Amino acid sequence: MRVAIVGIGIHPFGRSPLSGRAQGVHAVHEALGDAGLSWPDMQFAFGGSDAAGNPDTMVSDLGLTGLPFVNVHNGCATGGSALTMAARTLQSGAADVGLAVGFDKHPPGAFNASPAEYSLPDWYGETGLMLTTQFFAMKIQRYAHEHGISRETLALVAEKAYANGALNENAWRRTPLTVEEILGSPMVNDPLTKYMFCSPAEGAVALVLASEEAAPRYTAHPVWLDSVELRSRRFGSFEVFSPGLSLERGDSPSVDAARAAFESAGVGPEDIDVAQLQDTESGAEVIHLAETGFCADGEQEKLITEGATRIGGSLPVNTDGGCLANGEPIGASGLRQVYESVRQLRGTAGARQVPNSPRTAFTHVYGAPGISACTVLTR
Amino acid sequence: MKPISDDVFTWPGEPRLRGGRCRDCGTAAFPRPQGCARCSGRAIDEELLPAEGLLWSWTVQSFRPKSPFRGPAPFEPYGVGYVELPGACIVEGRLTIADPEQLHIGQRMRVTVIPFAVDDDSAELLTYAFAPAEELS
Repeated sequence: MRVAIVGIGIHPFGRSPLSGRAQGVHAVHEALGDAGLSWPDMQFAFGGSDAAGNPDTMVSDLGLTGLPFVNVHNGCATGGSALTMAARTLQSGAADVGLAVGFDKHPPGAFNASPAEYSLPDWYGETGLMLTTQFFAMKIQRYAHEHGISRETLALVAEKAYANGALNENAWRRTPLTVEEILGSPMVNDPLTKYMFCSPAEGAVALVLASEEAAPRYTAHPVWLDSVELRSRRFGSFEVFSPGLSLERGDSPSVDAARAAFESAGVGPEDIDVAQLQDTESGAEVIHLAETGFCADGEQEKLITEGATRIGGSLPVNTDGGCLANGEPIGASGLRQVYESVRQLRGTAGARQVPNSPRTAFTHVYGAPGISACTVLTR
Repeated sequence: MKPISDDVFTWPGEPRLRGGRCRDCGTAAFPRPQGCARCSGRAIDEELLPAEGLLWSWTVQSFRPKSPFRGPAPFEPYGVGYVELPGACIVEGRLTIADPEQLHIGQRMRVTVIPFAVDDDSAELLTYAFAPAEELS
């Protein structure tokens, strides 16, 4: 049973004088306005934040209506998890209309996760092994070795991200950069340079969702959430914050979540007109193109060089600039991808609109500690 | 000098990493886990892992990590890699080399012990690391 997205709202990503929570309130008001509804109409809410406080405290400013409001804290899939739970609530018949919201506000610089929070020994952090940047570098280092991905291709991914970000009024990094500037920026974790990485940031997104049955009450033109699937890691996957890996190698949770989302929606990657894929850094977008089923391992080199993933290409990817241009507020990232998909499917994406009226969209969020959420959206 | 933890590697003497192996399915892991990630088995025996293996992937840490990192100031870049230990598992660790020109996937590496920080009582803290095998022979 599909779910309708009837309202979308965003607080611009980047840096803001507002608290993360206040940015969340801003996004909720914008989503309610977009849906033509008000806060007392909401029958439930799921709110995600990793580092900016308990989302349910927003009711103090939104209104004390007594609705059930559940806080979601689920690693890098926090936003995707809030959306999943909201969709399940509507599919169960427990409610007609409700809200998924995510926000965050992280200090500048790489994340410094606490070993204890990830059930890891203190020495793992103390000796300098517990960095997400190292993981992503070593994953693409290995992948490039096995499947022939060049540094120029990694730079092209970032170049596209900043070019798209320049067309997005809500993006953080809106200055285009050349391939040479990206390759020539300081090396952060070999083979990835500074401009190939996204940065922890701030932002908020809210979505008003309705059951299929109730949707016509709210809009004549909903965007349909045909599927949303959340998966944690299985044995053999290569994940961030892993002191050891098994010799027996297996699929990542992105493979599992994407496959489940396509199966549940009854479509395949070949049916998708526009995709938002987790691009924590350039290599992640390259790898995720294959993990989510859009190409075979190694085909990215040709696809990206030929421009297939650009806005005018055969499979536009990260049309809003992705994490690279928007930064990473963990609680909001997965919902930003859905926000952008709705803009594209409504045909209201402005300067970055994918041509020929896209009808299908796909989103994929991935991160620590080995978790992924994917959606298929249609109109 | 003292090791960062007593249950990570053998010390003093020839260093070996302390892993675990599932009594039910035979899967090895590092560090020794409470239960088996593959078969959910609950009996994990300690096992000293092979001292040598092949570099599976690598990078160079070129900026100073935030807390809880305890390395000295000023910061010196260090290599990080995964080494495939035959018959056991793939272990992440610091590398004794931080020069990308001297690192490549598939090269033979051997576990060693390095000082990486100084404790509050002025004792040097030791952790395990991987070095090119030929350097240690």
